[in-house]
Amino acid sequence: MDRERRNHLIRLFAAIAIVYGLVAVLEFTLRPTSIVFTVLRKGAIYSLVAVSMNLLNGFTGLFSLGQAGFMLLGAYTYAILTMPTSVKESERVYKYYDALVRFDTGVVVGLIAAGLVAALFAFLIGLPVLRLKSDYLAIATLGFAEIIRAVCQWDVLGPITNGANLLREFKDLSRITLPFSDIPFPPTLFVFIVVGICILLIVLLINSTYGRAFKAIRDDETAAEAMGINLFRHKELSFVISSFFAGVSGALLAMFQYTVQAQQFRTVLTYEILLIVVIGGIGSISGSCIASFLYIALSEWWLRGLDMGTFLGIHAPDLFRSGFRRLVFSVIIMVIVLFFSRGIMGDKELSFERMRSWVSGRIRRKEGAR
Amino acid sequence: MSRTLLSLEHVTMQFGGVVAVNDLSMHVDEGEIVALIGPNGAGKTTAFNCITGVYEPTNGRISFEDKAIISNHPSGRMKRTYGGVEPELFASEKVLSPTPDEITRLGIARTFQNIRLFRSMDVFDNVLTAMHLRSRANVFSSVLRLSHREEKAMRDETEKLLKEQGLWKHRGDKATSLPYGYQRRLEIARALATKPRLLLLDEPAAGMNPQETLELAAFIREIKEKYSLTVLMIEHHMDLVMGISDRVYVLDFGSLIAEGTPEEIQGNQRVIDAYLGVSEDV
Repeated sequence: MDRERRNHLIRLFAAIAIVYGLVAVLEFTLRPTSIVFTVLRKGAIYSLVAVSMNLLNGFTGLFSLGQAGFMLLGAYTYAILTMPTSVKESERVYKYYDALVRFDTGVVVGLIAAGLVAALFAFLIGLPVLRLKSDYLAIATLGFAEIIRAVCQWDVLGPITNGANLLREFKDLSRITLPFSDIPFPPTLFVFIVVGICILLIVLLINSTYGRAFKAIRDDETAAEAMGINLFRHKELSFVISSFFAGVSGALLAMFQYTVQAQQFRTVLTYEILLIVVIGGIGSISGSCIASFLYIALSEWWLRGLDMGTFLGIHAPDLFRSGFRRLVFSVIIMVIVLFFSRGIMGDKELSFERMRSWVSGRIRRKEGAR
Repeated sequence: MSRTLLSLEHVTMQFGGVVAVNDLSMHVDEGEIVALIGPNGAGKTTAFNCITGVYEPTNGRISFEDKAIISNHPSGRMKRTYGGVEPELFASEKVLSPTPDEITRLGIARTFQNIRLFRSMDVFDNVLTAMHLRSRANVFSSVLRLSHREEKAMRDETEKLLKEQGLWKHRGDKATSLPYGYQRRLEIARALATKPRLLLLDEPAAGMNPQETLELAAFIREIKEKYSLTVLMIEHHMDLVMGISDRVYVLDFGSLIAEGTPEEIQGNQRVIDAYLGVSEDV
């Protein structure tokens, strides 16, 4: 039993190492402007948010829709902290206001601070909100996310958030260097490393005694409470941890986009993440990751031709024009949700054993058909 | 004479205008098996829910190991609509209304009338989860596996418990895929994992045939000895109640109508009337 587990872990780490190796190889061979990198980076960032949302929705059974708000907090915290002091004091970014925060930090500090600020707000919001159940919780968290966005755009906070204007010239993905040197670090690999560490922490949490308590709450609150699990404390814990990682992914999204504006963190963003979680399978980490890469690849890459006039070799500029992609995309999503309502993975995780049995089952079925 | 482990004093539970439990006073001594019986709707499960903190009783005091753990008196709007007795008895006392998890931490574990297992988990994890309350690791050390020794101890203990309960060969099965009798057993094993001193069983024999009921009686006696437990159970099966309980309390319409040994209860006219109804001709 133990040997089996060790073999399983070795194979898992080997697979992860291969993925990281591939990313590094791509980074040194392809043109840096290639669409592949956009898909990989955004896919990885969305994976992290999706997994953090899955921790709440899938593993603790809390239907929360506040993700965009916590991402916004993370993105702003990161941008404000890592923007070089010289930029803040110049007129380049803070056009109408004097920047109040007059120091800057490194990338890692910025990322951690982004998570911590999001976690702090989650803690405060969680105090009243987590006493609600199911749909009411969803409505309340959605409301708080919108409040956060509105407050961020408030003129009075201009010296900090620059109001409704853009924040830019902070340490984005093009400005990553190795620590204590000026040697540039491959940006896609950087995103993968940060996301990898965060998801690893979430997986460790889910498989710890606290993770079991979360699952117990999801399965049956009454029974969980009767087993001595304090409902409120554990819900709050899950909410805070989930928001921490949402904050980190917000910061990564800011790095990816080079600019931050409150406008980008509308409710639509939360729905996108929710969609990814549902498509991947509620309660499956690997499902969330696979779904987010697929989702981003579809929307940013594979269906691009539908907007550009040529798709799959068919040249029809009258039909394939701006906006058609969204239509096709929505149809695909609807089909998935209607016919695969448990998502790609259900609540299972991807593993070699499962893949092997799936493939062999396929072959057997084919032979049976003959 | 052994000492009293659990005592209820004048416990009343009122929902709106309905008095579900009325002035219930009872006690359970250390090492006893006590049964709480009564016709459907008599308020047995409500009494259980008061003891375990699911409901906050409207009036009364519940003590565990000579210490008051729950105490309340009618106040606010309830003061006007209160339909029970002795509303002023505990008025000067501090209101104590712990949550169910706090009650469990004190050493009172329970099972449910309609089995409530963690359905996504296997048998092993169901029991392992119930050990979480004794985990001292904080979330950081737990995530970073700094507390792996504690985790190992919890797993070993789960293994021991499952082996003792004859559930070890089912450890990898989904909890809800077990046969009914085993699900009951697992629920009791899970309750035992919280290391209780008092075990509350809500209709443990519900849905069991006579043979299974007999086995259950032996099982309850066995775990009582092995884990030095005190047992309070709600039950409908008279075979089980009469076979293993030391004392019996009978509830009807929320009020206590009889108490005593099983023999005394069997001959009690009020109990017979409550169960069979009173003929109007008499």
